[in-house]
Amino acid sequence: MLAKRIIPCLDVKDGKTVKGVNFVNFKDAGDPIELGKKYSQDGADELVFLDITASHEGRKTFIDLVQRIAQNISIPFTVGGGINDVCDVEKLLNAGADKISINSAALKNPSLIDNISRNFGNQVCVVAIDARFNHGQWVCYINGGRIPTNRNLLEWAYEAQERGAGEILFTSMDHDGVKTGFACEALSMLHDKLSIPIIASGGAGDYSHFHDVFTTGHADAALAASIFHFNEIPIDKLKLYLKERNINVRI
Amino acid sequence: MNIAILKYNAGNNFSVQCALKRIGYEAVVTDNPDIILNADRVIFPGVGEAKSAMNYLIENKLDVLIKRLTQPVLGICIGQQLLCNHSEEGDTDCLGIFDSNVLKFNPKDSNFKIPHMGWNTLQNVSDFIPEDIENKYVYYVHSYYVPVNCNTVATTNYLHQFSAAMHKDNFYSTQFHPEKSGDIGEIILKRFIEL
Repeated sequence: MLAKRIIPCLDVKDGKTVKGVNFVNFKDAGDPIELGKKYSQDGADELVFLDITASHEGRKTFIDLVQRIAQNISIPFTVGGGINDVCDVEKLLNAGADKISINSAALKNPSLIDNISRNFGNQVCVVAIDARFNHGQWVCYINGGRIPTNRNLLEWAYEAQERGAGEILFTSMDHDGVKTGFACEALSMLHDKLSIPIIASGGAGDYSHFHDVFTTGHADAALAASIFHFNEIPIDKLKLYLKERNINVRI
Repeated sequence: MNIAILKYNAGNNFSVQCALKRIGYEAVVTDNPDIILNADRVIFPGVGEAKSAMNYLIENKLDVLIKRLTQPVLGICIGQQLLCNHSEEGDTDCLGIFDSNVLKFNPKDSNFKIPHMGWNTLQNVSDFIPEDIENKYVYYVHSYYVPVNCNTVATTNYLHQFSAAMHKDNFYSTQFHPEKSGDIGEIILKRFIEL
């Protein structure tokens, strides 16, 4: 049976993870490769690395980093941030990334999804959507959640699927960082609307939130950052918790 | 041990090369016929779309080359599919090593998403898939599958059982990605190299 996936997300700036981490046994707690290995050993099913560097130099470092991750980690990994065209995708895939994630660039230029999936296959193209519930509907935002668009979550997610997205990574901005659980209602609506896998993001704060997102939210995968970085919820313990509650996970 | 990874337009060659390195083997990524013919092992990896991959193989005469190989060959993912007779993806005639056709998953239930993406378990393992890997998880990303047939040496269930791994003569294959399947994947790669 296909397992539900647990995916830690690492923000990378100039080749180092930026969010504080409190794992103690590392030579360098900010080294994304060491963190990736640690997560992989703990049972993470995939990893997501987001490049939040703005500079050209930082970008070069990131591509070198992707290559080193590919050499050292034996599970799939997705990279996102700063991808604007097919050339950016090609560089990352050649460096060993398995999937790429696009967000604002896709909303600004939806045909980017068609181009990526036509060139590299649907499975490569993860479309990330940041949305917030405003006046009775889920509105998509761009530029790291700073600018609202006139696009609605369900309609945009469906369009992305039809254009060739292989997965949707939905972050609820209302739930992100609040740690009161994922946006299960919106996720369930997405599940009804789409035929591609959905990764839920935003809101994880407790073991039970993961159970909820896989049951009432029907998510295929759950992504989180700080609760894993700060070891509040170790991945191996989370998976045991889910398994005991009949959620199919890879242990 | 000379290992050649077939270079073509649908290969995630670098990932396969890295996985081999992690288990202690150096491999070359090449489309040079002499190097491929003389290698001890050939790996035919793949991600992507059947039609364009097959066209590329034909244009570069790699189709003829693959059929001539006599050493152990491992097809991965689309590599497995291209070793079959025909694929529903783009209505593509393939290499015809395995006497099977590649079909599209056709779910009638929204709980089954396509692509079949993520970690799923192996059953009915035999042959080059080690016994103790029964029910272990491996990583899949695909929308097309090879039905269970006389060459099947492991199965996975998604909607129904399909061929997770196959073997006929010197041709071996996996639908899953051993290079992305953690420790289990590395065991399978090692087993193939050390056949």
